[in-house]
Amino acid sequence: MRTRGMIKRVMTEMLRDKRTLALMFVAPLLILTLIYFLFQSSGSTTATLAVKNVDSTLQTALKNDNLKLKATTSDDSAKRIIRQHDYAGMLVQKGDKLTLTLANDDQTKATIIKSSLQAAQIKLKTKAAGAALQAQAKAIKQLSTALAAATKAAGITPATPQAGTAQAAGSTTYQTKTHYLYGDKDSTFFDTLLPILMSFIVFFFVFLISGIALLRERTTGTLYRLLATPVRRGEIITGYLTGYGLFAVIQTLLIVVFTMYAFKIQILGSIWLVILINLLLAMLALTMGLFISTFAGSEFQMVQFIPVVVIPQIFFSGIIPVVTMPGWLQAIAHIMPLYYGAGAMSQVVEKGAGLSAIWPDLLVMLAFAAVFLLLNVQTMKKYRQV
Amino acid sequence: MATTIQVTDLNQGYGKTTVLSDINLTVTAGEILALIGPSGAGKTTLVSTIMGMLRPKSGTVRVLDTAVPNRALLAKIGYMAQTDALYTTLTARENLHFFGTMMGVPRAQQDQQMAHAAAVVNLDHDLDKAVADYSGGMKRRLSLAIALLADPPLLILDEPTVGIDPELRQQIWQELHRLADAGKTILLTTHVMEDAEEADELMMIRGGVAIAQGTPAKLLAEYQVPTIEDVFLKAGRVQDAHTRND
Repeated sequence: MRTRGMIKRVMTEMLRDKRTLALMFVAPLLILTLIYFLFQSSGSTTATLAVKNVDSTLQTALKNDNLKLKATTSDDSAKRIIRQHDYAGMLVQKGDKLTLTLANDDQTKATIIKSSLQAAQIKLKTKAAGAALQAQAKAIKQLSTALAAATKAAGITPATPQAGTAQAAGSTTYQTKTHYLYGDKDSTFFDTLLPILMSFIVFFFVFLISGIALLRERTTGTLYRLLATPVRRGEIITGYLTGYGLFAVIQTLLIVVFTMYAFKIQILGSIWLVILINLLLAMLALTMGLFISTFAGSEFQMVQFIPVVVIPQIFFSGIIPVVTMPGWLQAIAHIMPLYYGAGAMSQVVEKGAGLSAIWPDLLVMLAFAAVFLLLNVQTMKKYRQV
Repeated sequence: MATTIQVTDLNQGYGKTTVLSDINLTVTAGEILALIGPSGAGKTTLVSTIMGMLRPKSGTVRVLDTAVPNRALLAKIGYMAQTDALYTTLTARENLHFFGTMMGVPRAQQDQQMAHAAAVVNLDHDLDKAVADYSGGMKRRLSLAIALLADPPLLILDEPTVGIDPELRQQIWQELHRLADAGKTILLTTHVMEDAEEADELMMIRGGVAIAQGTPAKLLAEYQVPTIEDVFLKAGRVQDAHTRND
């Protein structure tokens, strides 16, 4: 009955606070929409490359959708030309020597130029090989006609020369058909980011809101007043857990429905698993938020914990692949609660993983939550020793 | 008469700091005891110890025949904190319901007891206002209503009359006397001497030590001064003289 009273109070307080509600439910959708469009446009970056004295064959080979060529005859230095016209790079040919200067202020553009050059090189090489084969074939044909004439004169039936084969080999074009295990050809980085963001948003908001709520209870004295009733410390924590947990579930559902209908992103795994993961994350964020709030003297100080406690978790949540990190960084990743939450979420959303694949992650999250829960019950002893 | 609060040789403090030393106190049922003393004298620490929020460093505290600290015992203590510990986004009614639930008041009785408690403090017409819109005095009265809510045998009121106008103060005292007559025990802290004169029994605390204890009449006679305020001042001077001699 007391736990129910706690839940009811936490929820009524939350519902009265319209701005916090808006923050919790509207802000995530806004952020997601923004990120969605940001990553949509990144596919169409074009780099402009200045070319000087470059062979026309190489120029044609270089051309592609992402690279624009600008011929120049200016004698200014490459640096100057790039600066003046805001080019991404400049290619100068002197004899058979090519010099490439890259602006490198935008690594995406630099990469486009480099890969275009590589592609052009391969294109030209195969062409040259093809041409060589063709010339060879021609020579063989000429040779065989000469041979035939000679053998005819000698009265021997010649073997039919297989001239066509060489030519066919030279002009073979491969047709690639790509199959995607996860996602499709329209997949962008946003698809990778979405599950991570889904878990991060729940973690962040529950951490902040619950932490500040308990902090306010401490500073206004209501926590002390509350502990002056026969309520158990566990009942207070359970009340908080359930109250904010419900809001976290609503937030998760809202995000899932929004991404499904607005962005047409399919969630491959079970929606129940998505909710379960976020519920666990909310629990974890709540117990962490309540615990961290013990060390904050004011709301302002609570916000100061965000760069220390929350931001580092983003780096280890899978935005940067953890397996590529050096060993000691990987070790740090494994003590970040969000690493497990976002990891499990990515598995479910992108790869359709089931409970059997993610249960270790869930278990670790539960363990984290249990530790913080115990710490919370202990810190409340400061206010009431029984 | 039954003893409600029995404090024996209590020493209280944290770490090496001593906040209270050698406190002995007995309050019987139906009695109003006022703890008087300046800010920082240790009144709130004594109250917290009696409620069982703090474990005694040494000595014993028994409340309603139960050794303190005891969590279940808190259901029998109506507490009014020094600062108004209220949920400001909720209405007064929601605050009362919430604390009623926490105190373990059965749902069926909550409305009736809430109406009574609100009437005592003249808040029955403002129950559906958000506490954020309350004036300082109204918040104080709501805190008192919350203490009265569970109809407990022991009331512990920390500075109950701060910010309350004289008229209402008189009403509240009438109600407190009525409650005491009905057999409830009331322990309150104050630094207002008018409050002290209303109490049955006084305990003056200064620097963590009880410097004078007894009924107002007895204290006036003992120190041969006209007012309670003078008793406090004189007892304080005696205490200072002793410390200097030590």
